Amino acid sequence: MEDMIFYDRLQFAFTITFHYIFPQLTMGLSLIIILFKGYYLKSNNEIYNDAAKFFMKIFAINFTMGVVTGIPMEFQFGTNWAKFSELTGGIIGQTLAMEGTFSFFLESSFLALFIFGEKLMGQKLHFLTGFFVFLGSWASGYLILATNAWMQHPVGYEVLANGKFVLTHFSELFSNPWLLPAFLHNQMASLVTSSFVVGSIGAFYLLIKKHEAHGKLFLKTGVIIGLISSLLVAFPTGDLNAKNVAKYQPAAFAAMEGIFETEEAGAEIVLIGQPNMVEKKLDNKIAVPNILSFLTYQEWDKQIIGMDHFDKSELPDNIPALYYSYHIMVGLGTIFIGIMGISMLFLYRKKLYSFKPLLWTILFLVPFPFIANLTGWYVAELGRQPYLVYGLLKTVDGVSPTVSSGNTLFTLLGFVALYMLLGLLFLVLVGKTIYHGPQHQKH
Amino acid sequence: MEIFWFIIIALFLAIFFILDGYDFGTGIIHLFFAKTDKDKEVISKAAGLFWDSNEVWLVAAGGLLFMAFPTLYASAFSGFYLPLIIVLWLIIFRAIGLELRSQIDHPIWRTIWDKAFGVSSLLLALFFGVALGNVARGVNLGGVENGVSAYEAHYFFLPLWNPSFSPSTTHPGVIDWFTIVIGIIAVVTLAIHGANWIILKTNASINNKLKSVIFNLNIALAVLTIFSVSIWHIIEPHPLANYLEYPAFLIFPMVYFIGLIGTFFIKKFKKEVYGFACSSIMIVGGITSTLATMFPVLLPSTNDTNPGLTIYNTATSQYGMSVAIPWMIVGIVLIIIYFLVQKKLNAGKIDDMDYGH
Repeated sequence: MEDMIFYDRLQFAFTITFHYIFPQLTMGLSLIIILFKGYYLKSNNEIYNDAAKFFMKIFAINFTMGVVTGIPMEFQFGTNWAKFSELTGGIIGQTLAMEGTFSFFLESSFLALFIFGEKLMGQKLHFLTGFFVFLGSWASGYLILATNAWMQHPVGYEVLANGKFVLTHFSELFSNPWLLPAFLHNQMASLVTSSFVVGSIGAFYLLIKKHEAHGKLFLKTGVIIGLISSLLVAFPTGDLNAKNVAKYQPAAFAAMEGIFETEEAGAEIVLIGQPNMVEKKLDNKIAVPNILSFLTYQEWDKQIIGMDHFDKSELPDNIPALYYSYHIMVGLGTIFIGIMGISMLFLYRKKLYSFKPLLWTILFLVPFPFIANLTGWYVAELGRQPYLVYGLLKTVDGVSPTVSSGNTLFTLLGFVALYMLLGLLFLVLVGKTIYHGPQHQKH
Repeated sequence: MEIFWFIIIALFLAIFFILDGYDFGTGIIHLFFAKTDKDKEVISKAAGLFWDSNEVWLVAAGGLLFMAFPTLYASAFSGFYLPLIIVLWLIIFRAIGLELRSQIDHPIWRTIWDKAFGVSSLLLALFFGVALGNVARGVNLGGVENGVSAYEAHYFFLPLWNPSFSPSTTHPGVIDWFTIVIGIIAVVTLAIHGANWIILKTNASINNKLKSVIFNLNIALAVLTIFSVSIWHIIEPHPLANYLEYPAFLIFPMVYFIGLIGTFFIKKFKKEVYGFACSSIMIVGGITSTLATMFPVLLPSTNDTNPGLTIYNTATSQYGMSVAIPWMIVGIVLIIIYFLVQKKLNAGKIDDMDYGH
C-alpha cells in the first residue's frame, strides 16, 4: 500500500509542479497587460500598446501550456485519487466545476478576442477584453484556492455514515478563514513571478542593445511592480498565512519552522540548519531568539508548540522536505525584496538602465520566483500531510483502490517523457517571441 | 434533479464532441487527403486556431461530472485508467504537433509534425468511440471473480484488452471487437465532420474533392450504423426496452438519421454550413441515442453480483445538486454570450482573414 501511494503522489507532484509554472505567470501577467493597455488609452503612446500586445503573446503561449497540462490535473483526481473524489466530490466538485464553467470560458474566449480583434473592436473594447482575461485568470486562481482551502481547513460539511462528505453550507466554502489570506498571498506571489519576467526581458533588451525603448519600459515596470509585490507577499499576506498555519495546523507549523522541542519562553526563528530526524534536532543551526513568538503572536515570550508535542502519525511524513521548502521560499522572498529595493534606488537615481551588474542580476533572477512559488505550494501540500482533508481523511485512504502501482509508474514515465517535449516546445516558442521583439506589431 | 445534471453534462459533452470533433476530423482529413503545402498549412490552421478553446468544454464537463456524480467520476476514471491517460497524452501530443509544425521552415520537420497531428487525431477519434462503446457495453463492476467481489461494488479496473477480444464475456477489456466497431464509426463520423469544417472554413484546393469523400464515407457510415444496431443485442439484451417505455426518446435516433440522410445531399447544398450542421446533429444524435438506450444507467455491470451505476446511485446530496443550479444557469448564460461574441469575430474563411500571425 505504501509503495502504491508513492507513485501516485510522485505523479501528482510532478504533473502539478510542471503545470504551475504556467498559471503563476499568466495570472500576474494579465494584470500587467491591462495596466499597459490602460496607460496606452490615457497617454496614446504606442509603446504601451506594443507592450500590452507583446506580453499577451507570451500570455497566450503560457495559457496554452496551462490548458494542456491542466487537463491531466483534473483527470488525476478521478484516475489516481478515486476514493478521495468519491468521498469529497460533492464539496470540492462545486468549486472545481465553477472554475471550469466561469473562468476557462471567460479566459479562452476573450484571449482570442484580444489577440485577433484589436482592429475590429477599437481601443476601449480591446482594453475591456484584456480586463476579462484578467478576471478569468484570477477567478480561476480564486476557485482553485477555495478548493485547496477546504482541504486545508474543511468547513460547511457533514460526514455521512458511509464516510462521504456532503455540503451543508455553500457560502462557507467562500467565507473559509483560510481562503482570503491564501488567495492574496498566491496572487501577489504570481505578480512577483510575472513582474520579474517583464523586468528580466527588459534587462535582456538593454544588454543586447535591441528594442531599447521597450526594454527600459519593461525594466522600469518590472522593478516597480516587483518591489511592491515582493513586499506584499511577505507582509501582510505571508504573515497572515503563517498565522493561519500556526492556528489551524500547529504540527505543520512546528515542522516547517524546524521547532523540534516546545519552547515555553518564546521560540527562536531558524535561519539556517539541517533537520536531523534521528536525533530530532537541527544540525549547524543559526537562529535568532524569540523572534518567531513575536512574529506569530506579537509577544516575545509566548510559547510555541514543537514537534515533540505531536504523535508521529499526526506529523507531516516528510519533515525535511517541508522545512527546506519553507526556508527556500522565505529566503528567496527576502532576497527579492533586497534586489528590487536596490534596483528601485538605481531607478530613482536614473542609473539603472546603464548599470550592467544589476541588469545581469535581474536577467538571471528569472527562475527564482518560479522556485519560490513552487516551494510555497510544497509547504502547503507537504504541511497538510498525512491528510488530504486536514484532520479528517488521510492521504493513504484517498487513493484509487483498483489501480496498481505498476500502472501508475508506467503513466508517470509517460508524463515525464511527454513533458520534456512540451518544455522544449515552450522554450522555443517563448524564445522566438522574445527574440522577435515587441516592435513587430505595425502593419 | 439528477436528470437536470445528467442533461447538462450530456449537453456539454455533445458540444465538446461537435467542437473538438471537427478538430480531430480535420486532423484525419489532413492525414489522408491534404497534399499541397498550402492545403496542409491552411487545414492545420483550421484546427490550430481553435483547439484550446474547444477543449475547455471537456474540462467543464469533467468538473460538472465530478460535482454532480462523484461516485461515477471516481469509479470510471480509475477503472478506465490506462485509456484515459493515453487520451491525455494524445491530446497533449496533438497540440505539440500543431504548434511545432510552423516553427522550423523545412519539409522534413513539417512532415514529422503533420503526421504527429494527423495520427494522434485519428487515434483520439478512435479512442473516444471505443470509450462510448465501453460505456454502452459495461464493465465488471466490483471485479467479480466466481461470484465474489474483489473491490467495493462500484469500483473496477479494465485491462486494455483480454485475449478473446469478445464483448460478451464477464471480463471484457477496453478494446474488443464491439468497441472497435464503435471506434471506427467515430472515426468515420468525425472525418465527415472535419471535412465539412474544412469546406466551411477554408478555400483549400481539395474542397470539391472532399464532397465526394464525404459522400463515400457516409455510405460506409450508413453500413456501419446498420451493422452496429443489428449487433447491439449482444451487449444489451433488450436494446429497445427504453424506447418502448419512453417513446419520446425516439427523437434521438431520428436526429441521427436526419443527419445521416442529409449528408448524402452534400453536393446539392447551397450553403456550406448545411453540411456542417448535418454532421453536427449526427454526432449529437449518436451520443444521445446511446445514452437513451441505457438511461438511467450510466455504466452497466457485466456480472450479476453488482448492479450497474445509475444517475441515482452515483449522485451527490440533494443539497449539493440544488445549490449549484443557480450558478450553473448564470454560467450557461455567460457562455452563450461569449459564444455569440466569438462567432461574430470568427465568421468567414480562415485564409481570407488577417490574424496578424
